[in-house]
Amino acid sequence: MTIITPDIKPAAVPGSGSVLLAYLKRDKLALAAAIFLAIVVLAAVLGPWLVGDAASRLGLRQRNLAPFSLASGWIYVLGADTLGRPILARLIVGAQNTFGIAAAAVFASMLVGGTLGLIAGYSERWYSHLILRLADVVMSFPSLLLALIVLYTLGPSITNLVIVLAVTRMPIYLRTARAEVLELRERMFVSAARAMGAKPARIIIRHIAPLVLPTLVTISAIDFATVILSESALSFLGLGIQPPDFTWGAMVANGRGYLATAWWIAFWPGFAIMLTTLSLNILSNWARTVADPQQRWRLQTLRKAAR
Amino acid sequence: MITYLGRRAFHSILSVIGLLTLVFFLTRLTGDPSALYLPLDSTAEARAAFARLNGLDQPIYWQFLEYLRDLLQLDFGESLRQNRSAMQVALEAFPETLKLAAVAITLSTALAILVGSLAAARPGSMFDRVASLISLAGASAPDFWVAIVGILVFAVGLGLLPTSGTGTWAHWIMPTFVLMLRPFGLLVQVVRGTMLSALASPYIKTARAKGLPRQKIIFGHALRNSLLPVVTVAGDLATSLVNGAVVVESIFGWPGIGKLMIDSIIQRDFAVVQSTILVTATAIFILNIAIDLLYTVLDPRIRY
Repeated sequence: MTIITPDIKPAAVPGSGSVLLAYLKRDKLALAAAIFLAIVVLAAVLGPWLVGDAASRLGLRQRNLAPFSLASGWIYVLGADTLGRPILARLIVGAQNTFGIAAAAVFASMLVGGTLGLIAGYSERWYSHLILRLADVVMSFPSLLLALIVLYTLGPSITNLVIVLAVTRMPIYLRTARAEVLELRERMFVSAARAMGAKPARIIIRHIAPLVLPTLVTISAIDFATVILSESALSFLGLGIQPPDFTWGAMVANGRGYLATAWWIAFWPGFAIMLTTLSLNILSNWARTVADPQQRWRLQTLRKAAR
Repeated sequence: MITYLGRRAFHSILSVIGLLTLVFFLTRLTGDPSALYLPLDSTAEARAAFARLNGLDQPIYWQFLEYLRDLLQLDFGESLRQNRSAMQVALEAFPETLKLAAVAITLSTALAILVGSLAAARPGSMFDRVASLISLAGASAPDFWVAIVGILVFAVGLGLLPTSGTGTWAHWIMPTFVLMLRPFGLLVQVVRGTMLSALASPYIKTARAKGLPRQKIIFGHALRNSLLPVVTVAGDLATSLVNGAVVVESIFGWPGIGKLMIDSIIQRDFAVVQSTILVTATAIFILNIAIDLLYTVLDPRIRY
């Protein structure tokens, strides 16, 4: 998190789009992950508009239709569920809730956790200690158990689901932000701002927060996969999203009862979750390699070998 | 050392009390248990008598004060469902989870150290790439889905393993494997990362120059210095292992603390929910202190 980085040559700055794209092309696995994620995000955005009708249309003749048959149309290629609804269409539509909930939760926990971390790092009043202790309470207990209790109490709904997921992930942003602030607030430019009479709020918002933000955004990208997994586990246990809304996790729960007769109902949505989180993890690993000057040579030498 | 442990214990006790307070009020919001435990046509008097018997007719702050008083007297309340001490119910389920979790974390740590070290010994090799991909997949796989696919293949399809329950060693295979998956995936990456930097350090060059055998350099010299972050992550994972246990136990019908927790929440058995939380939180707290002590063994430079 240094501001001045004079030792990096302009050619190696991994910021410009074309350079990043070149690095991405060199790592086939990361490229595949990026393409897959782009498709899924596209499906999440456009899905309900494209195949929304097909996803909720009941088809008596297609009940428990086996996958890999195109007899009933391409939309049934992954089979159909017990009500004859095509699984592919439901996957596409379910992507919106799956991604929407995870994105909302990650954004909320970054915003709230980051803000609390800024306060806890900059100030040494009693509330800073209180904030840290609260983060400890959340951290020291298995998040799924806490989420189960809260969701059972407040009632499962999308809003509550987002709140619970955000709260359980918050300590990470809080602690990171605090650690960064502890270091930043001793820097010269902060002292200068203070000497010129800036109020704490202004110092935090104008001078410290912009430097903490990139770290938090990086963490949130990695955290996204974890939140998708948590949400689907909660929905699987029946305390997450409620019908008629559904996510991929809820789809697995629906198919659980038909394992012996129609395995595809539970298999595909879980497979989709796995591919998504795997892609996210592969991409974040790749990004870490690109961003790390000591590791970047691995990608650069790969190019030479390819030529 | 003693002051450090004392401070640590003090903070942990504060955390546990905070947690219990939170859960007390949350569970009380879920509704009246008498609606669940008495027949639908029971009279208002019967409901009132049930509430009085279990102290549910008092104002909620008074219930909380009574709960705290009982807690100090090591009285954790009665289970509404089983008519016996709630702590007894929780303590019966706890060893089941502990056994499962201990086996899973031990196996996954040992396996991850082996695979991660070998991957780091030859970075970029075929073994390294396969290990990286497998570990990423392990860390990314939704555990409930792996469990279901496991049941599908090995129980429904091949008929080799039982679908759920306990008893024989065959009942252990699937729950342990599913529970191991995520810790293994994450730990391989940690071991590989720390081993890579350890193997690049000058003392490894020295060891190599001395002509020491490869295994000795990797497992004797480099690994010893890379264990610290591994232990930290393994300790963190042990906490999140309880998350996995909730899912695994509910799928495989394992009579542990996770299953007990879900059942008790749904049946509004407040005393049991609180006892399980107390037991889990205490176990995690003891584990954290044990990890702190382990640091001093692994790295003699660390003193508290």
